[in-house]
Amino acid sequence: MLIPIALFSGALFGLGLLVSGMMNPAKVLGFLDLFGRWDPSLALVMGGALAVFAPGYWWWRRQGHTRCVLGDKLPDVPAARFDRKLLLGALLFGIGWGLAGICPGPALGLLGSLQWQAGLFVAAMIAGFWLANKAGSLKR
Amino acid sequence: MTIVNFTPWTALAGGLLIGAAALLLLLVGGRIAGISGIVAGIGSQRNKGWRLAFVAGLVAVPLVLFGLNVAEAASLQHYSPWRLALAGLLVGVGTRLGNGCTSGHGICGLGRLSPRSVVATLLFMAAGMATVTLSGLGG
Repeated sequence: MLIPIALFSGALFGLGLLVSGMMNPAKVLGFLDLFGRWDPSLALVMGGALAVFAPGYWWWRRQGHTRCVLGDKLPDVPAARFDRKLLLGALLFGIGWGLAGICPGPALGLLGSLQWQAGLFVAAMIAGFWLANKAGSLKR
Repeated sequence: MTIVNFTPWTALAGGLLIGAAALLLLLVGGRIAGISGIVAGIGSQRNKGWRLAFVAGLVAVPLVLFGLNVAEAASLQHYSPWRLALAGLLVGVGTRLGNGCTSGHGICGLGRLSPRSVVATLLFMAAGMATVTLSGLGG
């Protein structure tokens, strides 16, 4: 049952990204241009998403559930450790996000526009995943 | 600061859909809707089926809506390939090192009050804003 649920969730997520404007890099860059010509729309995307997600999650937890409907344990909230990897990662991600106005979800959605530029971005992103995994395993 | 191009209703509606999608995946499937984690896991985790299904759904909806001309895709023609490749690489490395992106930290993490996600979200937002502001200064 997990596969059809994931397919439906992904479809809903993709629709949301499209409707919200997150798949339009100009709008994303407009949001990040706080000190210039600011487009506050994306604050409402995040606010709207949290307004559904957070009450839903905490309602479920308050019912005493520690598992999801299909039976797996709900993933734990990670311990509050602010290591260098987290900080460096968020910093690099933010710089990349600011360079093009594209984050991972919209990058995938833009593949649906069949522009080679979207394919290039996603390929570079996957290369980045691979590099970061390599760097991580070297350190350990 | 000047406010331009504000589209509150579509932004809010899209946000509600994204939140509902993430809630469904978590409460029914027990999985976090963090896009960078889902995609990176296709290469490194054993459990690939649900990840591929999620990505297929996410790509299929815009593909169909663009194909039927219901929605118009933003053009990426004005980007130089180098800018896209560098941005994609930084997004990939950064989200893996930092264990999450806008969805994983910004929605699933913040929504579950994860302190790591609060710090990561503030930091990548600030870094994105600084990048846009500084690149704007250069013309």
